Amino acid sequence: MAAAAEEAAGSGGGSPASARRRLRIISGHLRGSPRAAGQEALSPSPCKAQGGSAGPAAGSIPKKRQEILKWNGWGYNDSKFIFNKKGQAEFTGKRYRLGGMVLPTFKEWIERTFGASLEHKTTSRASLNVNDVPPSIVNEEFLQDLRATKISYSQDAEDRVFRAHGHCLHEIFVLREGMFKRIPDIVVWPVCHEDVVKIVELACKHNLCIIPFGGGTSVSSALECPEEEKRTIVSLDTSQMNRILWIDEKNLTACVEAGIIGQDLEKQLSESGFCTGHEPDSMEFSSLGGWVATRASGMKKNIYGNIEDLVIHIKMVTPRGIVEKNCQVPRMSTGPDIHHFIMGSEGILGVVTEVTIKIRPLPEYQKYGSVVFPNFERGVACLREVAKQRCAPASIRLVDNAQFQFGHALKPQVASIFTSFLDGLKKFYITKFKGFDPNVLCVATLLFEGDREKVLQHEKQVYDIATKFGGLAAGEDNGQRGYMLTFVIAYLRDLGLDYYVIGESFETSVPWDRVLDLCRNVKERIVRECKEKGVQFAPFSTCRVTQTYDAGACVYFYFAFNYRGISDPIHVYEEIERAAREEILANGGSLSHHHGVGKLRKRWMKESISDVGLGMLRSVKEYVDPNNIFGNKNLL
Amino acid sequence: MAPPTARGPRPPARPPQRAGQPGRGGVGPWAPQRGGRAAERGAARRGGARRAMAAAATTAAGRARRGTPMFSQKELTSKKRDEFEDILEERRLSSDLRYAMKCYTPVIYKGLSPCKPNAIKSVVLQSEQVQYVIKQLAKEMGESPDIIQEEAVEILDEMGHSMQLGTVRFFAFTLSKIFKQLFQRVCVNEEGMQRLQHAIQEHPVVLLPSHRSYVDFLMLSYLLYTYDLALPVIAAGIDFLGMKIVGELLRRAGAFFMRRSFGGNRLYWAVFAEYVKTMLRNGYAPIEFFLEGTRSRTAKTLTPKFGLLSIVMEPFFKREVFDTYLVPISISYERILEESLYAYELLGVPKPKESTSGLLKARRILSDNFGTIHIYVGQPVSLRTLASGRINLCPYNLVPRHLPQKPTEDIQEFVSDVAYKMELLQIENMVLSPWVLVAAVLLQNLPAMDFELLIEKTVWLKGLTQTFGGFIEWPDNLCAKKAVMSGLTLHSNIARLINGHVVLNDKGVEDGAVGEIVFKRALVILMCSTYRNQLLNVFVRPSLVALALQMTRSFRKEEVYSSFSFLRDVFSDEFIFFPGISLKDFEEGCFLLTKCDAIQTTQQEIYPTDKGSVVVSFLSAMFRPFVEGYQLIFRYLSKETKEAFTEKQFIPGVRNYVFQLLEKGTTQCYEALSSDMQKNALAALVQLGAVKKKKMSNGFSYSVNQEAIHKILDVFDARTPVQKPVAARL
Ligand SMILES: Cc1cc2nc3c(=O)[nH]c(=O)nc-3n(C[C@H](O)[C@H](O)[C@H](O)COP(=O)(O)OP(=O)(O)OC[C@H]3O[C@@H](n4cnc5c(N)ncnc54)[C@H](O)[C@@H]3O)c2cc1C
Repeated sequence: MAAAAEEAAGSGGGSPASARRRLRIISGHLRGSPRAAGQEALSPSPCKAQGGSAGPAAGSIPKKRQEILKWNGWGYNDSKFIFNKKGQAEFTGKRYRLGGMVLPTFKEWIERTFGASLEHKTTSRASLNVNDVPPSIVNEEFLQDLRATKISYSQDAEDRVFRAHGHCLHEIFVLREGMFKRIPDIVVWPVCHEDVVKIVELACKHNLCIIPFGGGTSVSSALECPEEEKRTIVSLDTSQMNRILWIDEKNLTACVEAGIIGQDLEKQLSESGFCTGHEPDSMEFSSLGGWVATRASGMKKNIYGNIEDLVIHIKMVTPRGIVEKNCQVPRMSTGPDIHHFIMGSEGILGVVTEVTIKIRPLPEYQKYGSVVFPNFERGVACLREVAKQRCAPASIRLVDNAQFQFGHALKPQVASIFTSFLDGLKKFYITKFKGFDPNVLCVATLLFEGDREKVLQHEKQVYDIATKFGGLAAGEDNGQRGYMLTFVIAYLRDLGLDYYVIGESFETSVPWDRVLDLCRNVKERIVRECKEKGVQFAPFSTCRVTQTYDAGACVYFYFAFNYRGISDPIHVYEEIERAAREEILANGGSLSHHHGVGKLRKRWMKESISDVGLGMLRSVKEYVDPNNIFGNKNLL
Repeated sequence: MAPPTARGPRPPARPPQRAGQPGRGGVGPWAPQRGGRAAERGAARRGGARRAMAAAATTAAGRARRGTPMFSQKELTSKKRDEFEDILEERRLSSDLRYAMKCYTPVIYKGLSPCKPNAIKSVVLQSEQVQYVIKQLAKEMGESPDIIQEEAVEILDEMGHSMQLGTVRFFAFTLSKIFKQLFQRVCVNEEGMQRLQHAIQEHPVVLLPSHRSYVDFLMLSYLLYTYDLALPVIAAGIDFLGMKIVGELLRRAGAFFMRRSFGGNRLYWAVFAEYVKTMLRNGYAPIEFFLEGTRSRTAKTLTPKFGLLSIVMEPFFKREVFDTYLVPISISYERILEESLYAYELLGVPKPKESTSGLLKARRILSDNFGTIHIYVGQPVSLRTLASGRINLCPYNLVPRHLPQKPTEDIQEFVSDVAYKMELLQIENMVLSPWVLVAAVLLQNLPAMDFELLIEKTVWLKGLTQTFGGFIEWPDNLCAKKAVMSGLTLHSNIARLINGHVVLNDKGVEDGAVGEIVFKRALVILMCSTYRNQLLNVFVRPSLVALALQMTRSFRKEEVYSSFSFLRDVFSDEFIFFPGISLKDFEEGCFLLTKCDAIQTTQQEIYPTDKGSVVVSFLSAMFRPFVEGYQLIFRYLSKETKEAFTEKQFIPGVRNYVFQLLEKGTTQCYEALSSDMQKNALAALVQLGAVKKKKMSNGFSYSVNQEAIHKILDVFDARTPVQKPVAARL
């Protein structure tokens, strides 16, 4: 049966060519020299896409995701952190700039930070045990109807397990050590809007539960199947709806199918000389529909905006019918914006199928930068001032000292861009950096984009402000390295898991005046909770300010600890995360800036948006989907 | 002269590690940033490792809201307390000058960025909080902000401390001299100091000592100096500034001054609150103030004031600090310096205005002996733990934090609960001397009592007190006779042994006018009761049950409880009860009475046992002065004919009334002459709704609801049962 389904949809495959293409996008962050626009041949031809083939475009991720992606961890099979025979840390693969490099100080950092030891290793199950997988229960009538639509589907255990989860710690832990109680019964791969309409109709007809699946990068338990769901669960994988339908250069918009993933979208647009500029850290894997469904935020939002600023038009298929607007305009006053019911709906209302999104000409010039501050307080004050003067670069991030040290521990042995920052700093420290304590200082990384002259001007403005706050420019390399690490950091958790270290990140948004208090208190709370819960070794608890706004900032926390000696680490972990979230809320932070609520943070929704607010959302849900076809139980 | 460093301070040793408490750590994976230093010092201390720290374990975590209050029933007997160490001992052995000049490098808050007292003032002045109020007032009054700013500067100058090490050293020297003169010993629980040492490094600390004497004032500073801990800043009443030199000295020793009432003055409030909070947030110094607000003239804990407490709690509510430690500290005096002054004051002989010359006159007392002081530094209580799950912080999230914001009811209730909890913790660790027991026995056996019987009764009372959880400092090897004797010697101004009998020392009573006799007797009795009073908060729950049993004439539990809770309400300003847990208090009272075999309880009934009648009648006799006193005062009010009266009119009025009755011999209740009792009784009536209190331009005015007062009197006289819906849960 699975074979039949596969046949129905051509597979993209993880060809080296696609890998290369993907790399080009990421390399923007990795390359030393700035990229100039106009070097790539521009072929703006919207009609081609529009009139193009009905089949999906060849994406970077194949339909059989397990072919190139880890089944029990983050990212590509070939990319991971390991300890080589010499006991040194190394990053494998060729996809990332760090690939193949040895990280001499990393082992020591891990041991020091977590009290972990290479001798104490856990091992994941080597592969999925198909016998453990809950059986697929799908009634024959539905299958018949489905086959009639010619839409590709699969009941294969691996396919189903792969779509039963996102990337929360507990989900990965389950993959490594156990099995989900409930997973989708069937995976379907629509290739266009009409396919989705058919599937939703069938689901209504047969009373099935649909869970939309985009890139599977959710970190809110949004993709997890409700255990008590008795109906057949259909995982609606949007990955084959991945074409750019048209590009409108006059209005600078593009209409794109919702399943396209970030790297493909940017790559394809760049072929026409455009970009969306939407770059969440998960952009290698997450999808346009996923961004809309979670209200995602990209690294470069200061120039391009968050998803809600980028979206011009959305088409969504619901059990009640199709919801969309009659025009594609920059703004309209027609009551509450229905887009705002859709954005952040987390798959409970329907499937986003097509999105018209703003595009921009590729930037002529990109420049990284970094600034060292004597302490975190000064750094935050500087970011606040930058925000106040509304001159934030495309990206500006401030990491605390612990994270700075961590970044430093990832320094490879040899590489031009990795010239030893700290060593240089130490020398510097004596001569120029007097008063900078390497155990207190913190670093801001910067990314400027635009035309060359303006970038240079802009750069000067920002550095001038930084100087006022005691900041010292610390070079382009450090900035670039910071952004490069963003993509590989996600791989680290898998390594940690091998050595009894579990960790996760979480985020919030907070008014400016509370940023420092919130950062300090949340970190301290984590440390306390660990102590109280019997964690044997002080945790790694660190934060960075990742986005600035007029009225506040987005703060991102990393938190990891060594769980040796703890019988139920996941439970302990979850309790601590919960305490940290309580702390965030008590400090005037939000429930989420961009990860969303999913099922993980549902318990705080009422507190967050009031009873009535929750009721408003409920009533929309009840109208749009009275039979709870989209029954993933997120949000409400 | 360079301060010699040879003779180090006496820093506390490192306490054993204990989970969930301040001061854990030192070694291993959880090594704190500055643990090393503290540990080193600890180890260097004379004598090396200390005996294991006793588990003074009442960090009773606040659970949910009312109903499961954060004050849980005490572990009454299993409670183990720290041992004491006399810090004067070393003072008697070595040079005070050297001690005053010792190398002082205190342990400080981990997040401290040190700054000078004047820098704090300018931070306060520039703060958004103060600037906001200045602008606001300028707008409202059409004044230029500069003028109001000037005013703020003046307020700050009047208020601010200017702590100087030199002055501290001066006090270290003079206080050593004075203390050695006045007191036999100054004892402190060193484990408490150790806990404090860790607490100070971890979070901002608020020191909450009991207040019985002026001596309290610099006592903690003296202690912290001795133990090489950061010196506190101390909230003092503005009246001190009346004494030019002393006021200025105190200021330099870390005192900051607070006007007695500034309810209406927004600028003052803003400046004051911000001043305190700035010091707290920065961890500049431990902040010390007296929850009771003023020295208790009766040695009974006064009901708490909430103003300062709510100020120091706010930075935590607003999450400007991670946590704040509240440290209850019990300072107990074997003999109170001001004992006779207090008695005069209570009888309406005006308190001499604080003046330097007055204090100098006090030099006379330097030749006297005031026994031992015990300072018990309680377990630091984490405000965060108390608040967890109780407080909705949303209101703080929705308003910028620098705006003045009236605390929600939630918060007010919480502040009040915390205040009471801290006072109860103070009470728990108050040290009771044998003399306190003697005084309690003696007052029930006036005018004279057989010495042997007194000893016997005292020993009996000692047992009872311990059963009730009282903390008696009675050396194991000290025989009862000696203990009683030494009490009598120390307090010979109150009682004396004459021909095998112990009598009150009211010399000169025999000859003189009746009025004079009554007055002198009252003086002695009030002084004596000051010592008995130290027992009352330990005894109040079982005693009110005992009284209720007598009042009720029935053994039905619910009726006894009704009477109990009536009494508890009436005496709510007289004794310290955790708000809103009448039933728990009742149960505790019953539990303690059962424990000493005084009563038996069944599902529905409570009755005294045969041998229990001794206990029951002793307990009710102990509180009889209050019952009778209140009745007298109520009766006086029931005869009040004026529409409205002020406290100034009420006090002399009721005093005269009681005085006449005493002269006539119709009553023996001398304690009803105490203005403290009179005020409490009036406050009780206000709370019970029998007296209306109205705010007037120049203070408060009161008017009596006759019907209500009569009803209350009837209940007291047991003419009518308590009419009150009873908790069906009983
Ligand atoms: C390493 C890492 C880095 C990340 N960085 C960022 C970041 O920088 N910014 C950010 O915003 N987020 C980030 N995330 C979170 C995550 O990538 C986003 O939430 C992303 O938007 C999810 O997209 P997805 O396509 O993977 O959706 P999925 O994970 O597949 O699904 C998420 C939710 O959306 C629903 N959904 C998906 N597609 C559709 C559709 N077409 N129609 C209706 N509902 C749909 C699903 O049912 C589910 O409830 C990160 C996650 C990881 C693991």
